[in-house]
Amino acid sequence: MKQYSYYPGCALSAEGFGRAFDWSTKAVNKLLDIEFKEIKDWNCCGSVPYDTLHELASFCICARNLALAEKMGGDVVAPCSSCYVFLSRTNTYLKQYPVLKSQVDEALAAGGLEYHGNVKVRKVLDVYVNDVGYDAIAAKVKKSLSGLKVACYYGCQEVRPIFGHDHPEYPKYMDKLVNALGAESVPFPMKSRCCGGSLIISEEAASLDLIKKLLDSAISNGADCMVTGCPLCQLNVDAYQTMVNSKYKTNYHLPVLFFTQLMGVAFGFEEKDLGLKTSIVPAEKVLAKYI
Amino acid sequence: METEIKNESLVDEICAIPGGEGIKVCMQCGTCTASCPNADLMDHAPSELIAMIRAGMREEVLSSNAMWLCLSCYLCVVRCPRDIKITRLMHVLESLAAKSGLGSKRTTTPVIYKGFNTFIYNRGRISELWLMVRYYLQTNPFKAIKMLPVALGLLTHSRLALKMDKMSPEGIKQLKTIIDKAESSGGAL
Repeated sequence: MKQYSYYPGCALSAEGFGRAFDWSTKAVNKLLDIEFKEIKDWNCCGSVPYDTLHELASFCICARNLALAEKMGGDVVAPCSSCYVFLSRTNTYLKQYPVLKSQVDEALAAGGLEYHGNVKVRKVLDVYVNDVGYDAIAAKVKKSLSGLKVACYYGCQEVRPIFGHDHPEYPKYMDKLVNALGAESVPFPMKSRCCGGSLIISEEAASLDLIKKLLDSAISNGADCMVTGCPLCQLNVDAYQTMVNSKYKTNYHLPVLFFTQLMGVAFGFEEKDLGLKTSIVPAEKVLAKYI
Repeated sequence: METEIKNESLVDEICAIPGGEGIKVCMQCGTCTASCPNADLMDHAPSELIAMIRAGMREEVLSSNAMWLCLSCYLCVVRCPRDIKITRLMHVLESLAAKSGLGSKRTTTPVIYKGFNTFIYNRGRISELWLMVRYYLQTNPFKAIKMLPVALGLLTHSRLALKMDKMSPEGIKQLKTIIDKAESSGGAL
């Protein structure tokens, strides 16, 4: 069994809005012989708000999580895209800016911790695609998702600013995963465009416009559903779909799932293990053939 | 290649912050502006903002609404031919704007950011529900009514917890010690 340390972040925590991503990932992990061991007492990555108003502390609180993960050994998996970007960024900046590193070291030492920069931050999709592989995943499929048309929505931070997994604007590795499940990934030109992120609250009009463009692109390419690996993307496109409909007089009903939920369906898991009912736009109808 | 720079203080201040130093090598190609999903809503587009920093327009830069509209989508960053960390620059400008008191009055984004940070300092983690309640109380409680359908949808699908996820008391104490130490050594870099 391959082990990773696990940083759920606020969205995937026990009380978080993206709990279904956590549940479905853990269900899928069992079948793929993978274990995510949660970092005890992890703290929020701080995301954009902490970076914006408390720069140094922002690096320090990320480094605290990395220091805790380093003690556990191995790579750390951060499913949320924002957590992934901020934890990874801390690694990069600590290597690049020695003055910053000494300041962070000092703050960590005050809390009795040290970080040596040996933790690699990963995303769930990266682990499945690169450590498990498409063939091994395809081999576990019990119920092929043949006939299901899926728009793979990567969002921004799954592929940017960190290079290395795939193309930063038109990635395909989630599409290939979905194809391995028997489904058909449709062309989706907006696949790595922004959903509005956390600005959905304070800049609602601008964000609704971005969400509408995503829905429009996915549906016009024939998608039955959208899948993503980012809790905030899922939340925005799913929970705000009614608001988009009332603002633009549209009639979108596009279920937005985590790709791990779709894997779970193909692997023959039950609804309750995957949290399919936590989707605001119901997915039952689209998935009826496969459950 | 470095461009001649007029306002030493603002430029120096930005360059001293990790990730801010890129402004010196911007060649004003405008790729960042052309890539930005929110450029049309900004009073000064990203490339324009960099030119203004270098022209010494401190007040105009820090009172702009542009950085507060940055979505952190990093499209500009991966396209920039000079490898400038524009997203980071936007965060740096937000920080300087908040500290200078010149911050744009046309945005309520700092209110939500401050609320977010208060949760982190006190509890170590974020509660989406209470963060939103706090934000609407501080900005426009009536707007919360408009948001009720979204909130109810989330509540009825077990997506919005009343209970808050939290760290252990020892964990919070350690986190606070680390943050306090960082803030005491200047807070800013």
